Amino acid sequence: MQRQSRDHFDASTIPDDLAPIATKLSTMLPGDWRSMRPVIDRLKCVKCGLCWLYCPVQCVVEKPRWFDFDLAVCKGCGICAQECPQRAISMIEEVGR
Amino acid sequence: MSFAADDSRAAQHSAVCEGNEAAAIGVALARPDVVAVYPITPQSSLVEHLSQMIADGRLNADLLNVEGEHAVMCGLQGVALAGGRTFTATCGPGIAFMFEPYVRTPGLRLPMVASLVTRDLLSPQCVWGGQQDAMVVREAGWIQMYCETVQEILDTTVMAYKIAEHRDVMLPVNVCHDGNYLSFGVTRVEIPDQRDVDDFLGPAAINWHVALDPSRPMGVDPLTGGAGGVGPSSFVRYRKGQCRGMQNALRVIRETHAAWGERFGRYHAPLIEEYRLDHADYALVTIGSMTGAAKDAVDTARAAGEAVGLIKIKTFRPFPLEAMAAALAKVQRVGVVDRSVSFGWNSGPVYQETLGALHHTGRPIPAISFIGGLAGADITAEHFARAITITRELSWDGRPREPVWLNEND
Repeated sequence: MQRQSRDHFDASTIPDDLAPIATKLSTMLPGDWRSMRPVIDRLKCVKCGLCWLYCPVQCVVEKPRWFDFDLAVCKGCGICAQECPQRAISMIEEVGR
Repeated sequence: MSFAADDSRAAQHSAVCEGNEAAAIGVALARPDVVAVYPITPQSSLVEHLSQMIADGRLNADLLNVEGEHAVMCGLQGVALAGGRTFTATCGPGIAFMFEPYVRTPGLRLPMVASLVTRDLLSPQCVWGGQQDAMVVREAGWIQMYCETVQEILDTTVMAYKIAEHRDVMLPVNVCHDGNYLSFGVTRVEIPDQRDVDDFLGPAAINWHVALDPSRPMGVDPLTGGAGGVGPSSFVRYRKGQCRGMQNALRVIRETHAAWGERFGRYHAPLIEEYRLDHADYALVTIGSMTGAAKDAVDTARAAGEAVGLIKIKTFRPFPLEAMAAALAKVQRVGVVDRSVSFGWNSGPVYQETLGALHHTGRPIPAISFIGGLAGADITAEHFARAITITRELSWDGRPREPVWLNEND
């Protein structure tokens, strides 16, 4: 996050009552408000890559024998589980976060 | 257009043309980078003129030929965020379809210029002039200047860029001219020299404050508002900034009109025009092209010994409160002529705002709302003569008055 939050240019020269702009990235990630999380069944995954294609936040990461999820980014929408032809992904409720 | 392709009107010193072509000539003189077009009556010939100029190589701009007015405004927002000078024109149902990106433009402080070739709104079905479209969007945050003559359209269109792009303003401008009466009214216009206009406008500075620019990465229009954190204060700060820009525009519009007069010899009243108001007992308030016939009627009445004057509004947004109050302070009765309807107030909108200005004179006076010229109807000198007589006879009774519908029996 340090890298993402660096100042790219001096925004202090722009009056702060003109157009609304943001020059620092928010540290909040989609995973911060997730209520369901995807769990992969590694034996069922054939690495077809459909979950990777469909994921709206690009949180699917490739492992040697299966695809997995970056849970800091995953927002728990469940599209991957819906689309997986092998039924290899199940959605479970987040508890105790 | 009837003239040959190699006949560059921008190089001419004068032309005989309709109001829509005068606007197009003004646009060409301002050298926009991108013109986005979608046709709608009575605006269509304006963008047809511009399309022809671009096709003939007389205007070095990209033509964005899109599928509707919503896309027009969205596309031009991108152009402005990338630093380009823009133009479009619309009216009536066109601005209704444009509304969503249209209302965002002032908040993004994008200094666009767009002609509003004013047209009455549906329903009842009609395709003719009226100012209902412009009056409906008067709180959208765009500057609105209403032209009286074809020459004023050309001059104001160029000036609009100077006003919009002024660092103290940074707001979009609608140059309003009446559909049919000005859009298709043909008269001689003087055309300023291109080099003079270049010098008058100076280089465009469109996106110094908000940009789509890889060297200055930023989020454009992030979430503000709400009830917590910095939300409420940031939203209010931007809203106050918009209001400040609007108030600054009153000064910048005056300065720009004065500079235009000095350079080109044509002085147009920047905010309001007081016509024969000295020693007037009462006055009409007008806006737009109706003013010509109204001035004729005032002249006739004056010749007959009537102490009547006229107040013409050119700049309606921002509302020139001080100038209007100062003019109203000179008279004892006022009749306001609108080309649109305020349904909620059973009067015209300019009438309502005139009443608001009267508060600042500290002296309520008898006032009446005239509504005429709806859906292309003509407001003749005879209509104005009747309005003058009715205004002269007004007395104070403190009760709301019914509006007078000038074309009711036409």
